[in-house]
Amino acid sequence: MPKLSAILTLTTSLILGIAGVWVAYNVDMLPVSASMNAPVYDELYRVLFIIGLILFIGMTALVIYSLIQFRRRPGESGDGIDLEGNISLEIFWTAVPAIVVLFVGLYSYDIYDRMGGMQPLMHDHSGQMDNQAERVWGGIGSGPIESSSEKNSLSLPIELTAMQFAFIFHYPKGDIISGELHVPVGREVSLKMESKDVIHAFWVPQFRLKQDVIPGQPTILNFTPTKAGNFPIVCAELCGPYHGGMRSNVIVDEQEDFDTWLKENSKESI
Amino acid sequence: MTISLKPNNSSPEKLQPTGWLKYLSFSLDHKVIGLQYLVCGFLFYLIGGSLAGAIRVELISPLSDFMPREVYNQVLTLHGTIMIFLWIVPVVNGAFGNYLIPFYVGARDMAFPRLNAVAFWLIPPSGLMLITSYFINGAAQSGWTAYPPLSITTPAAGQIIWILSVLLLGGSSIFGGINFIATILKLRRPGLKLMQLPMYCWAMLGTSILVVLSTPVLAGTLILLSFDIVAHTGFFNPSLGGNVIVYQHLFWFYSHPAVYIMVLPAFGLVSEILPIHSRKPLFGYTTMVFSIMGIVVLGLVVWAHHMFTSGTPPWMRLFFTIATAFIAVPTGIKFFNWVATLWGGKISLNAAMLFSCGFIINFVLGGITGVALAQVPFDVHVHDTYFVVAHFHYIVYGGSVFVIFSSIYHWFPKFTGKMLNENLGRFHFIITFIGFNLCFAPQHWLGLNGMPRRVAEYDPQFQLINQISSVGALLMALSTLPFLWNILQSTLYGEEAGDNPWNALTPEWLTSSPPPVENWDGEAPLVLEPYGYGKKDSNETQEAIR
Ligand code: HEM
Ligand SMILES: [Cu+2]
Ligand SMILES: [Cu+2]
Repeated sequence: MPKLSAILTLTTSLILGIAGVWVAYNVDMLPVSASMNAPVYDELYRVLFIIGLILFIGMTALVIYSLIQFRRRPGESGDGIDLEGNISLEIFWTAVPAIVVLFVGLYSYDIYDRMGGMQPLMHDHSGQMDNQAERVWGGIGSGPIESSSEKNSLSLPIELTAMQFAFIFHYPKGDIISGELHVPVGREVSLKMESKDVIHAFWVPQFRLKQDVIPGQPTILNFTPTKAGNFPIVCAELCGPYHGGMRSNVIVDEQEDFDTWLKENSKESI
Repeated sequence: MTISLKPNNSSPEKLQPTGWLKYLSFSLDHKVIGLQYLVCGFLFYLIGGSLAGAIRVELISPLSDFMPREVYNQVLTLHGTIMIFLWIVPVVNGAFGNYLIPFYVGARDMAFPRLNAVAFWLIPPSGLMLITSYFINGAAQSGWTAYPPLSITTPAAGQIIWILSVLLLGGSSIFGGINFIATILKLRRPGLKLMQLPMYCWAMLGTSILVVLSTPVLAGTLILLSFDIVAHTGFFNPSLGGNVIVYQHLFWFYSHPAVYIMVLPAFGLVSEILPIHSRKPLFGYTTMVFSIMGIVVLGLVVWAHHMFTSGTPPWMRLFFTIATAFIAVPTGIKFFNWVATLWGGKISLNAAMLFSCGFIINFVLGGITGVALAQVPFDVHVHDTYFVVAHFHYIVYGGSVFVIFSSIYHWFPKFTGKMLNENLGRFHFIITFIGFNLCFAPQHWLGLNGMPRRVAEYDPQFQLINQISSVGALLMALSTLPFLWNILQSTLYGEEAGDNPWNALTPEWLTSSPPPVENWDGEAPLVLEPYGYGKKDSNETQEAIR
């Protein structure tokens, strides 16, 4: 008998696992991915979804099965079996979740690293670093902001000022001020963010990125758009009555279109 | 003043109003205080629930058209604050703790009965104060987290009243916590070992440790915040050189453990209910105890997972990811043990059992999304979105509220000596379960796809899902009607319950229903095996204890 139940458990787990993987790859619940770390995020999401789905269905099935199988039938009285514990079983279901959690933790560390989260933050004001009390923290993919160091001359620096209830973008190159974010496809953007009043948050769901914009404490967010198009920028931190209306757009252009936009709007010739 | 750890049986304070009037008096009887907490909490739940209804009505359409935006934020703040500080925390701790703990340790009252009454009587005035602030000058509108600088720059009157009432409520729960620790450790009947206590005692011991360690931090933080508001100091005000992130660290040092202050007692209550209605011993008593203490320790060191997007350094994000995810291990142990408690039982599918099993299913989902949220890369996308709203309602509603209902169905016969109507109870469960899942499950999708939380207006593409969610909320609201009717009807005309309708072994059932003022007419029974079902006939065990 124990052999049969072992086989049964094994097959049901297998079916559950396959079903979980199938659902994770075929039921897409995320918006389009439009930045370099979006596909990396989606990979993590899928793994978490599969594990979660298997656990959830497994536990629910166990509970419902027990309620049906062990229900008190009419006319029945007396107690159930006198079962107070089982050490090996308890060790088993302590160890397995611990391993799963450890695996998930290491895996998401790897994802975090691939998104650039472990890169040390480089300060732009290299010369005066020590007497500068300004604290700069980075979001995922933090990195340098200024193009002063050569290896990052490719990244496009933009400054974001958030206020109740708008995002204002400033392009140092060309001294452009804009209410919308224009960026070229395929090039790293280094966004330096500061708030004038309360805490806001910069969120582009299609980029899978979010970072608070904090008064008195600049933060940096680096990302690389990968898809041309028009995506919403959403404020995700309660910032007052019009918080829900604090929205803007990020317009991801092909390089030529972006250059044209830059030329048309810049105050000085570049 | 002398404080005696042994309540004095013949003290004149015990001569108190009788009948229902005793519930409106400064009663020192732990059972009266427990029910005061329960009924008072439920009244606040109805208010908090109506506010939730108002939020869901606003969200039926993408425009902010049902109430002004400022009012939306006030309603949102009141809803969150009321639900946490005036409903869940007082009820799962104060109500059931006060009613049950003295029975479980074999005492005639709590260690400090007067302090106990004070702790309760702080609640109604602070709650009323909080609500009336809405009518005076507008309630606080910076959410239940009151992050500065928003809480410093919004109208001060409402925010100050909010701080005052949260401080008083915090004080109340500290008094309660001290009382529970003293009662469990010091008032135990001679011969009763800690490892023989019913699980709810362990849950309350763990919870009270959290309360006593973390609530003072919240109090200190809010006092500093109030200085910033009224005296224009600059602790958290960046325009005066303050640091807004420090507030978040201090706030979450309390408010993350607060989650466990809301669910650990619920875990304890479920551990009492499942064995009785499945006629089996609680599976894995020892691992259950250790997992509670594991949750307490881990619960204290994971607060910064609420701050992954607020500019925390990478090492901190990593540490808090791992620590948070590891809470899944002790929590998982408890859930497996509960299922093992059901396994091979003789389960009565009554309302108490259904709500407890509903809790297990809901909480598993809430826990899974919790582990996901602990992963920094995942959290960065969904932080402060409806995904989080869904996650924590699965915890606080699908967890704590389901357990409160389960407990009411289970202990109502003890409270009143009357049975509740089981069919109405099952009906209540079914509508609540459907309504709850309809309301909150779709919100996961909303968050993943771009709807932030705390907004009165949203992108029209989310309208349909929001409407489904609102229908779920309507069902939940309707589901309280059969419950209220059941309570009313059964209190007045219910079937007599007898002393021990569930044939249980835990000590509160070994006295009359409702119990006498001194809990037992004779000596308190010495229950060494509160879960000794299936040993021999449990009827015999019961006789032996008596
Ligand atoms: C009765 C059913 C309930 C419904 C329909 C409901 C609905 C909602 C909604 C729609 C929001 C948030 C909206 C937003 O972010 O804009 C919300 C927030 C919240 N709810 Fe509930 N809720 C219910 C019960 C509860 C319970 C039992 C608790 C217990 C603790 C609770 C605690 C909270 C908290 C803490 C917030 C966050 C408030 C804030 O962001 O400041 N809710 N609820
Ligand atoms: Cu904002
Ligand atoms: Cu906002």
